[in-house]
Amino acid sequence: MESATVSRPIRQAVIEKDRALFSRQPNLTDYAAVRANFDWSSARTMLDGLPGGQGLNIAHEAIDRHARGRRADRVALRWLGKAGARRELTYRDLQRATNRFANALSGLGVAAGEAVFVLLGRVPELYIAVLGALKAKCVASPLFSAFGPEPIATRLDIGAGKVLVTTEVLYRRKVEALRPRLPNLGQVILIDDGPPIAGTVRWSALMMAASEEFVIPSTGPEDMALLHFTSGTTGRPKGAIHVHEAVVTHHVTGLYALDLHDDDIFWCTADPGWVTGTSYGIIAPLTHGVTTLVVEEEFDAQTWYGVLAAERVTVWYTAPTAIRMMMKLGAEAVRGYDLGALRFMASVGEPLNPEAVVWGVEAFGQPFHDNWWQTETGGIMIANFLALPVKPGSMGLPLPGIDAAIVERTSDGGVRVIDEPMVQGELALKAGWPSMMRGYLHEEERFRKCFVGPWYLTGDLAKRDADGYFWFVGRADDVIKSSGHLIGPFEVESTLMEHPAVAEAGVIGKPDPMAGEIVKAFVALKPGYAESEGLRRELLGHARRHLGAAVAPKEIDFRANLPKTRSGKIMRRLLKARELGLPEGDISSLESDER
Amino acid sequence: MSEPIDKQTIIEILTSLAPEADFAALRGDEDLREALDLDSMDFMNFVIALHERSGIDIPESDYPKFRTLNGVSAYFTGQQR
Repeated sequence: MESATVSRPIRQAVIEKDRALFSRQPNLTDYAAVRANFDWSSARTMLDGLPGGQGLNIAHEAIDRHARGRRADRVALRWLGKAGARRELTYRDLQRATNRFANALSGLGVAAGEAVFVLLGRVPELYIAVLGALKAKCVASPLFSAFGPEPIATRLDIGAGKVLVTTEVLYRRKVEALRPRLPNLGQVILIDDGPPIAGTVRWSALMMAASEEFVIPSTGPEDMALLHFTSGTTGRPKGAIHVHEAVVTHHVTGLYALDLHDDDIFWCTADPGWVTGTSYGIIAPLTHGVTTLVVEEEFDAQTWYGVLAAERVTVWYTAPTAIRMMMKLGAEAVRGYDLGALRFMASVGEPLNPEAVVWGVEAFGQPFHDNWWQTETGGIMIANFLALPVKPGSMGLPLPGIDAAIVERTSDGGVRVIDEPMVQGELALKAGWPSMMRGYLHEEERFRKCFVGPWYLTGDLAKRDADGYFWFVGRADDVIKSSGHLIGPFEVESTLMEHPAVAEAGVIGKPDPMAGEIVKAFVALKPGYAESEGLRRELLGHARRHLGAAVAPKEIDFRANLPKTRSGKIMRRLLKARELGLPEGDISSLESDER
Repeated sequence: MSEPIDKQTIIEILTSLAPEADFAALRGDEDLREALDLDSMDFMNFVIALHERSGIDIPESDYPKFRTLNGVSAYFTGQQR
């Protein structure tokens, strides 16, 4: 464990809240009392459970229980497509569509427990496929549509994807050539219409033939529901397993961290290909029976302001990169829009810098509320709450039901809780909340390593101040956080190494004012190859073609040799320190230095 | 520093960001971000490069005009007149 660093004094003023100004009573006002009285088994009673005591299924809580009640005709999903397209699905519509999809899966011979992958932009079919798969007790795994063929193949392979729902264009561009490598992939469903393509079926034909009546079979709370991939420093991406019981956390965090009320118009800007876009872009708003907005278009500040105003968005959950881009545009750009409906703004993905939190007040009349969680935690764990003071730059306080601590690893393999305020250590959570991952698929050893005694170790370094607020410091490993997404350096290095010119590759996260970090690669060439702008572009193109824009490096530098340990491991930490002009730290293991 | 931004220059900049793309197949009215698989960082770097090459200050409120090749061309034709 690294020794405690000098803590920077907190100079940003605390943003106090005037409770008289809230347009409605926040769901959490007395933090201490709610925490003291909270337990997860009582929280479970906020949900209905399947009729007849048949268990707990996310899709029932999200759709069916509303579709038969007073919310049946309320808009569940309001979709704003590109070029002004618009489609609304009420809870009743969503029930019928997901029933059809669940029936269609059975018709295709897909069994409970099998994995249904989705590779789509933010279109209604994505939401129908994920929720329909959950009804059929399949495991739903949405993939980011900007992934290139390699990340797609790896994830389909690890998850043994039985079904893939995608578009004809994405299929042709990224999947078709992979089919021989994916023997498990039995069915590819294309959501658009067109002439038959071998090895695929069309969504409309399937849906038309399927009944809109479906009864969710008995579902155990520990039955696997979702598979979300995340990246580690080494090895292949990890498939974090989440179960149907996770919905309890989704609901509780929607209540307390996002302050969802019955009449809210909620907009989570994250793509469901990342865990935020599933937990909060699909599940939590629906379990609360509110109207959730889906915007297909990628980020554009003015388009977003237009959406916030025109759709009367009340609760908005977005990400630091977008907020920083809006900041660049300036607060004046917000002025022309009537954002009177907007009553709560939250952010997640990476620490939101204090300036951006405060800029929220300048531009929107309220701060952005940063919160913290990760793929493995399944839901928000630490948050700045609507009714509580915000300390800009802090991730906030643990949710009710969540015990968080700063720990350090001890020499005997255990951990020691650090009680002194503002001392850096690893952020740990007491295991046992409902949306905690139940495993990394086929990676028991990597899963077990995350736990020591009662603690789940997050891999994030943080501090806690005397008031109990947590402050993010950095990652304990080499994982890169770019625009809120975790990128494993190994996945990028492996792809670069596949190029015939590359002898060695080392990939780091380079700090960036917009994205937090960008992926930067250092490569050493094989004999016979000389560095040139042409080769740099060829490598960039190679990486982009295989990995997609979201994962491929933004910068590639050539080196004659990369710094390595005795065992030949590339020292990313050293590459990074040198890139940033920081002290090199302990280099006793350095055997072969950079040239 | 300040050179006219013609279609060739635009393609040159885009090639440095997405060297793998098939520019021969790129239509003038296609959404660049979609057709070339540009993420928001790539797009920002695109605009920064246009600014550096042209010497023209590009307010961010003009970014939406840069979604297509035609849009970018028209923007600079207008500026340079």
